[in-house]
Amino acid sequence: MNVNPKSFTKNQVKFYIILVPLAIFMMLPIVYTFSQALKPIDELIMFPPRFLVQKPTLKNFTDLFRAASSTGVPMTRYLFNSLVITIVMITLTLIITTSTAYALSKKEFKLKKPLFQVNQIALMFVAVAVMIPRYLMIDTVGLTDTYLVHVIPYLAMPIGLFLVKQFIDQVPDELIEAAKLDGANDWHIMRYIIFPLIRPALATVAILAFQFIWGNTESSSLYIITETKKTFSFYLTTLTANQAVSIAGAGMAAAAGLIMTLPNLIIFVILQGQVMDTMSHSGIK
Amino acid sequence: MATMKLLFKKRADMTQSELSKRRDFLSTTLLVGPFILLFTAFIIVPIIVAWGLSLFHFDLIQAPVFTEPLGMYNYVMLITQDLNFLRYVIPNTLKYAIIVGPGGYILAFVMAWMLSQVQAKPRKWISLAMYAPSMMGPVFITVVWRTVFSGNQDGYINAILLNWDLIDEAIQFLQDPAYLLNIMIMVSLWSSMGIGFLAMLAGLLNVDKTLYEAALVDGIKNRFQEIIYITIPQMKPQMLFGAVMAIVGAFNSGYIGVALSGANPTTQYAGQLIINHIEDYGFLRYEMGYAAAISVVLLMVIASFSFVAYALFGEKD
Repeated sequence: MNVNPKSFTKNQVKFYIILVPLAIFMMLPIVYTFSQALKPIDELIMFPPRFLVQKPTLKNFTDLFRAASSTGVPMTRYLFNSLVITIVMITLTLIITTSTAYALSKKEFKLKKPLFQVNQIALMFVAVAVMIPRYLMIDTVGLTDTYLVHVIPYLAMPIGLFLVKQFIDQVPDELIEAAKLDGANDWHIMRYIIFPLIRPALATVAILAFQFIWGNTESSSLYIITETKKTFSFYLTTLTANQAVSIAGAGMAAAAGLIMTLPNLIIFVILQGQVMDTMSHSGIK
Repeated sequence: MATMKLLFKKRADMTQSELSKRRDFLSTTLLVGPFILLFTAFIIVPIIVAWGLSLFHFDLIQAPVFTEPLGMYNYVMLITQDLNFLRYVIPNTLKYAIIVGPGGYILAFVMAWMLSQVQAKPRKWISLAMYAPSMMGPVFITVVWRTVFSGNQDGYINAILLNWDLIDEAIQFLQDPAYLLNIMIMVSLWSSMGIGFLAMLAGLLNVDKTLYEAALVDGIKNRFQEIIYITIPQMKPQMLFGAVMAIVGAFNSGYIGVALSGANPTTQYAGQLIINHIEDYGFLRYEMGYAAAISVVLLMVIASFSFVAYALFGEKD
């Protein structure tokens, strides 16, 4: 009855009583890790542990950067790998997803319906369930121990296709008809009409792709042998595998966790409006 | 077929409409080709291979051996002989999946509904706070919760309990079979409010307000009725999307048991879910065929959860 009220009324109080403490509880571990990452060693050893940091320091971060892997590969190499892979993957994913979604939404072809239905089923695809056949596939194609293996298996994102296709459905057909009358081919339509209009959906897919690829350790641990080709997230995971339980390592581990997630958080906060816009068209019919 | 003929005719022999049909066909192929290729290679084929592999014994060194009887050996072993599977993995997975999947889903819906009842500005901040944990990623999640539940006295929970004299010595939360599964469930619930949650929130905010007014006229008495008869039916598509995301999320977070306790298999199989069982047999014991059989079972479990979701929220046309 009172969806999205304009002003504050008394009966909203009962919702705030539940929502606010829950929101605080959800944020607590994040805030805690944030302060853990900034704690100097004397505060980390303190018993009982303080929740917030008293004298923040960046030493944990510098320690993290100085700690080289056991094979002597500097951290910057892993960071470079991850940056390149992330940019390449997001760009390619956006291109492939948009082209396919445009075709699914606005064009007619024989495989159209089955493709969309199969994709919808694939939304529930949990890749870990078939990790062994996937490994065999990648080995057969010859992608093992290459940079491409960080990108190629993950380019077909069923959820990306789904969201963009739903969004393109909203673009009026008349617009495209008019463009065709003016002599535009598919490429022109996509570049000058579709792309500008679906920016919220593109932003959302970019965010999802980023969150996936930045934190993905599967490709490095399962498909790569050469140390220098592994990703930043994998490097941090191996560093902190046993660190978190030791006292000195706890600070470094928290710093590593923070580096992994801060980009996610920042990007999401900036593009939040676009995401909500996409979500309002995201229903499965 | 007609389109195939178009590809091979000479340009000069074709009519205008045939030419544009051919161009259209080529264009469409170029548009959907890459996706279909990648999708088939890395999603469809692995599923088919998993089916096939489950009929063999395969340890990556010797050639695969077709099992007796009729390739069903792995499945028979799974159902009858794998005691760990029957005694621990199945109950664990069911308990975990039901609480984190449908349970988390209902929680997300209730939160989204409450958020739709308050003003826009506070809603923005509170929903960000609730969505944030789902963005945190495995590295962060492992780091945080390992520190909080650490078994020595510096673990945050242990420190508080010791300080208040509630316990005498630190509890080994992550190594103790009694606690591990419940901790896993708690951690997964914490990070379960993801895009499904956002989608449902968007759906809730977009329900036509006039329907609510009409319902009032028709005699709806309380909020609960309003939700069941108007709100949910109006946002069925978003409910379905949220349900699918919840199912996927629940099964994707299966790594958490092994990540928290640091061992596969977890102590006394307390945190062992189907997914860990697959990794155990596949990558630790190199019984690929058997692991493939378990994955097929997992895919069928996920399919049945999804079937329920589609039955509840799918639009029948």
